[in-house]
Amino acid sequence: MQADSLSFIFLNTVLANNFVLAMFLGLCPFLGVSGKLSMAVPMGIATLFVMLVSSISAYAVNIILVALDIEFLRLIAYIAIIASAVQLVEMTLKKYSPTLFRSLGIFLPLITTNCAILGLALFQTFYQYNFAQSVTYAFGAGTGFILAITLMAGLREKLVLSKLPSVTQGAALSLMLGGLLSLAFMGFAGLGSVH
Amino acid sequence: MSRIRDNSISWETFNEGLWKENPVFVMLLGMCPVLAVTNSAMNALAMGIATAFVLVASSTLVSLLSKYIPKQVRIATYIIIIATFVTIVDYVIQAISLDLYNALGAFIQLIVVNCMILGRAESYASKYRPLKSIVNALGMSAGFTIALLSLGVVREILGAGSLFGIQLFGDNFQPWVVMVLPPGGFLVLGAWLLLFDWVNQRQQKKAEKQEAHHAS
Repeated sequence: MQADSLSFIFLNTVLANNFVLAMFLGLCPFLGVSGKLSMAVPMGIATLFVMLVSSISAYAVNIILVALDIEFLRLIAYIAIIASAVQLVEMTLKKYSPTLFRSLGIFLPLITTNCAILGLALFQTFYQYNFAQSVTYAFGAGTGFILAITLMAGLREKLVLSKLPSVTQGAALSLMLGGLLSLAFMGFAGLGSVH
Repeated sequence: MSRIRDNSISWETFNEGLWKENPVFVMLLGMCPVLAVTNSAMNALAMGIATAFVLVASSTLVSLLSKYIPKQVRIATYIIIIATFVTIVDYVIQAISLDLYNALGAFIQLIVVNCMILGRAESYASKYRPLKSIVNALGMSAGFTIALLSLGVVREILGAGSLFGIQLFGDNFQPWVVMVLPPGGFLVLGAWLLLFDWVNQRQQKKAEKQEAHHAS
């Protein structure tokens, strides 16, 4: 596989360079909303949506920034884009799929401060991906996020029923679980060379 | 205005961020940089200083401007202020040390979405006088930097056998490589949190015992 082929980018971001488990992006929802499977899956899908929308918009805005030679405004521009993308996804969902909107409702505004989204926009600019590659990258990152948060929620649901020492009730246990998941995902690093 | 607040500065103003409301160990805020750049003590220190600059500068500006920022657009305004200072830090680090810039990568720009900074702007700087906000922001930054360092030092010693790039052990040292890789971040922070919880629980039990003793 070529390092810049679409299938490589997709597999790489889902498995070998998983945004949550290998690059530590999007940890707040990963630790915060992974208590129940029924909440983790909608959160993942909402994040995937926002990632796709903001990746496409960031690609467009970057062209304008480069054309006008004002790249130092990139960070501010991207943040503004992400905030509007979240708003846009929220309004579109409200109009066309009220059921989905109700189930995602509370999570949508939280996504603005998810560093995975800004990280995605920054990395796709950094790697100088073209349009198709950027969209694939966003799709892979979103899928990887869904995978990680679903696995985590499944594990935590099982642990609720088991006996644990009282010290491990808090976030420490989630972090340890995250560490083990991350260790497991490191096995995928053999699939291909990392950037 | 009915918001009459105590603007006096005490040790408590500073200490709040250092210990009682430590952003990392107690509030679990700003997790991404905490885990991502703490694979060596040097990176951790640089990240701590960069975050401290952004936090103090944005707290000052937010506190100074709080009367003029309309309530409806305050979050957007705070984010723009923070993004401006992050851009400055980004270019400054690039100018000082390109090696450091490459090691920290996109995580310098990701300071923008560190929830700790936005949280301070919203819950502290917009309510108190500039001087008090600065003292509090300094305390928070110190707490954040200490937390980053405590992870970075442990991970570097275990994973590379060195501290700030200086080799600590002889040639026979077998580094525990996984500690400088992503899983190490999760595991070391988890271990620190376990330690904190354990200490807190012991203190609580002690206090309860003393109370019971006094009551009898």
